[in-house]
Amino acid sequence: MIEIRWHGRGGQGAKTASQLLADAAFMAGKYVQSFPEYGPERSGAPITAYNRISEERCSVHSNIYDPDYVAVVDETLLESVDVTGGLKTSGAIIINSAKSPDELKPHLRGYAGRVCTIDAREISQRNLGAYFPNTPMLAAVVAVSGCVDREQFLKDMEESYRHKFAKKPQVVEGNLKCLREAMDEVRYGA
Amino acid sequence: MKKAAEINEQIPWQEVTVGCEIYEPGTSRLTKTGEWRSRTPEWIREKCKQCLLCAPFCPDASIPVEDGKRGEFDYDHCKGCGICIKACPFNAITWREDA
Amino acid sequence: MSIRERLSGNEAIATAMRQINPDVFAMFPITPSTEIPQYFAQYVADGKVDTEFICVESEHSSLSACLGAEAAGCRAVTATSSAGLSFMNEVLYVAASSRLPVVLAVSCRALTGPININHDYSDSMAERDSGFIQLYAENNQEVYDNYLMAHRIAEHPDVRLPLMVCEDGFITSHAIENIELEEDAAVKAFVGEYRPENYLLKKENPLAVGPYGVSGYYMEARVAQAHAMMNAKKVILDVAADFEKTFGRSYGFFESYRMEDAELAMVIMGSSAGTAKAAVDELRAEGVKAGLVKIRVFRPFPGEELAQVLSGCKAVAVMDKSEGFSANGGPLYAETAGACFNLEQRPKMVDIVFGLGGRDFTVEAARSVYGRLEQIARTGETGPLYTHMGQREA
Repeated sequence: MIEIRWHGRGGQGAKTASQLLADAAFMAGKYVQSFPEYGPERSGAPITAYNRISEERCSVHSNIYDPDYVAVVDETLLESVDVTGGLKTSGAIIINSAKSPDELKPHLRGYAGRVCTIDAREISQRNLGAYFPNTPMLAAVVAVSGCVDREQFLKDMEESYRHKFAKKPQVVEGNLKCLREAMDEVRYGA
Repeated sequence: MKKAAEINEQIPWQEVTVGCEIYEPGTSRLTKTGEWRSRTPEWIREKCKQCLLCAPFCPDASIPVEDGKRGEFDYDHCKGCGICIKACPFNAITWREDA
Repeated sequence: MSIRERLSGNEAIATAMRQINPDVFAMFPITPSTEIPQYFAQYVADGKVDTEFICVESEHSSLSACLGAEAAGCRAVTATSSAGLSFMNEVLYVAASSRLPVVLAVSCRALTGPININHDYSDSMAERDSGFIQLYAENNQEVYDNYLMAHRIAEHPDVRLPLMVCEDGFITSHAIENIELEEDAAVKAFVGEYRPENYLLKKENPLAVGPYGVSGYYMEARVAQAHAMMNAKKVILDVAADFEKTFGRSYGFFESYRMEDAELAMVIMGSSAGTAKAAVDELRAEGVKAGLVKIRVFRPFPGEELAQVLSGCKAVAVMDKSEGFSANGGPLYAETAGACFNLEQRPKMVDIVFGLGGRDFTVEAARSVYGRLEQIARTGETGPLYTHMGQREA
């Protein structure tokens, strides 16, 4: 079982990103959980969302305290939230940032595991002409965690986009490029 | 199906209808609520212009109207509220003195 | 053929409602309503149901509108949570005593205060004596399955009682998980049409509901209502048997998890039971005879059956996810202890109030409960019977 914790701010789509990841894993035949933790329901307030991805149905419904992976949708959270709390050193943290892993490592309270960054803004602007951080973040988490096979993931997502954007087929290619390029452009720290 | 007339304070719980439902209309005919009246209105026929303002005001439908004219009160169901007395513009309804 | 899907608890309930296509859905469209009417509104807009969808100004009114519809012979549904359920309180009793089988989806959440939107059973437990049947679920699958069984139980002529399909707020209502859905036609065939014998404007014999019942009638009416709740036990099992035959998933009054030879047992409800199962599995692997009973049907309460399952245990912890402020333990404890009192040989039993207002319940926390039970079984000393867990202590 792979356990993932998402950190974002209300309105940025961390909950949606966790749902998209659950979708991708579901399409690949897995058992999934995607659930948010609700604090103050306010735009901009820090929020947490979770994923469990497994081969069998998971009956545990607690929050996740020792995740395998952490995804941070907004790097300004690094100062205010203990994003690496409980994160397994065998896992990794994936941060949406234009900075390199080495630049961010000092802000991670001594986390000894792998640090990855992805410039979701740039990739999204380049392919979609607007800032949708979820698509590149989703691809980066899949690439780093390996929770879904890459080719299977891209195939399932294409099918999903063709269905979702049936009335706007022109945006399918941009989203797919966004996924592929994000998977290739993850920067892996030591 | 149990008739309203068969429901009374002697029947066992097994015979009380589900949710105390009543399966027929007009069952107030079975209970002469007029007996509970403490004051009684009286219709003074000579003063009555048959304007029929009183009938729709009666909350107990106790002023029968037939062929466009009101008749005597249904005292089996009149509760003695006196609304008809207020409604009548011709003082053709008053409280009965002996009540 | 079942359909492999992934849905939240709220989506699962809305899906079941779409498949059943009720006559009337009356709802209050603002928080603390749930997402259920929001999803259902989409089905209405898309023409996937022909339900009369009524927006009203409060939960008191939404349930009242459902009662009017039920009295008129319609199948009526609504959904709410937390303070919304509390606001329905008066009408819940009217529904039950008028024997109108409305089905109410409840996303169980805390009641104020302090102000909190998260999960516990404060809202539904406060309504345990309203006369509603109450079904609880561990996850989205059980919520969906309970909903498919709900109308048949509630509308059965021997029962005719309203029913709450309870899910855990956020933990189940907002969590997306895998689910096996059934095909629309199969659901429709299983649930069937609602054809009450009598209704308000029936031409042959119009119906009057909700009469005044003086002391000469009230006692008899309440005894009849109590018997309807007792009758519900058989109907719940009959419907579950048909459900298993039709769809293959098995349900009873409760789920006994690894209880065959269990010495230490937990009585628990909802999603927490799933978490506790993981603790039971760990303990079993270590040779500890641990088990748990997950209550699915809280009203009617399966006292006799539960006592039978617990009779062989040495120590039992009853896990209450609502604080009844009785100073003597929560509602689940009162029911369970009462049910076991007349056993020839009964286990030691303690009450643990936990998980209030969304306080998380973990596998480790569940293990610590079994640790306490092990000590009780070993020493024969229960210690305090009524305790809380998960709170910070000085």
